[in-house]
Amino acid sequence: MPVWIRANHFDPLELIQQYQIQLENKKKGQYGATAIFIGTMRDFNEDRRVTAMTLEHYPGMTEVALEAICEEAKQKWPVLEVLVVHRVGAIKPSDSIVLVAVWSAHRAEAYEANRYIMEALKSKAPFWKKEATPNGDKWVSKNT
Amino acid sequence: MAITVKFFARLREELNIDEERIDAQAGLTALHVWQKLTGQTSLPAQILIAVNHEYVKESVTVNDNDEVAFFPPVTGG
Repeated sequence: MPVWIRANHFDPLELIQQYQIQLENKKKGQYGATAIFIGTMRDFNEDRRVTAMTLEHYPGMTEVALEAICEEAKQKWPVLEVLVVHRVGAIKPSDSIVLVAVWSAHRAEAYEANRYIMEALKSKAPFWKKEATPNGDKWVSKNT
Repeated sequence: MAITVKFFARLREELNIDEERIDAQAGLTALHVWQKLTGQTSLPAQILIAVNHEYVKESVTVNDNDEVAFFPPVTGG
């Protein structure tokens, strides 16, 4: 259940493909469902234009929090594998911010575990977004 | 004993403190650490606290070499 923090651009579909090649060796035939969530940076938020963003995180705690969330999901649903990737640093619109992929035997647990991980990440993982807007920089105050 | 205190995001900028190593007496709580570093008597309601990378309440007692962090609501994903 790897958790990767990336300081540079990543291609989520490429990472899924690479990760799944490893799974073919270990868990071939076991999984029948893969639920994938990809979060991408918009060029707007609420009523303002956003030209760039900086994502700060708490190194050390971020990994601990994300691993705990993945473990919780594994306790709740019969999940075979989880991959979580999150971007930090300077980000541009259309860059990928987050990838959550869940492999399981059936679709229900893949969908539910994926949603659970994503919502828990939004409320517990120590990341903070600072938006660059035409009116200056602005910390995002809370997640919706 | 000594502890490390970290601040993140908007809080780090407002207080102009990134990280500090401070001497602390036994029995010190996370709230005491906040008061010592910021001069504010109470912790703003939305501020979160972590000790050694785990979320805690302000009443938790800190120990030698602990890492205490204060930060605003998280906004990742």
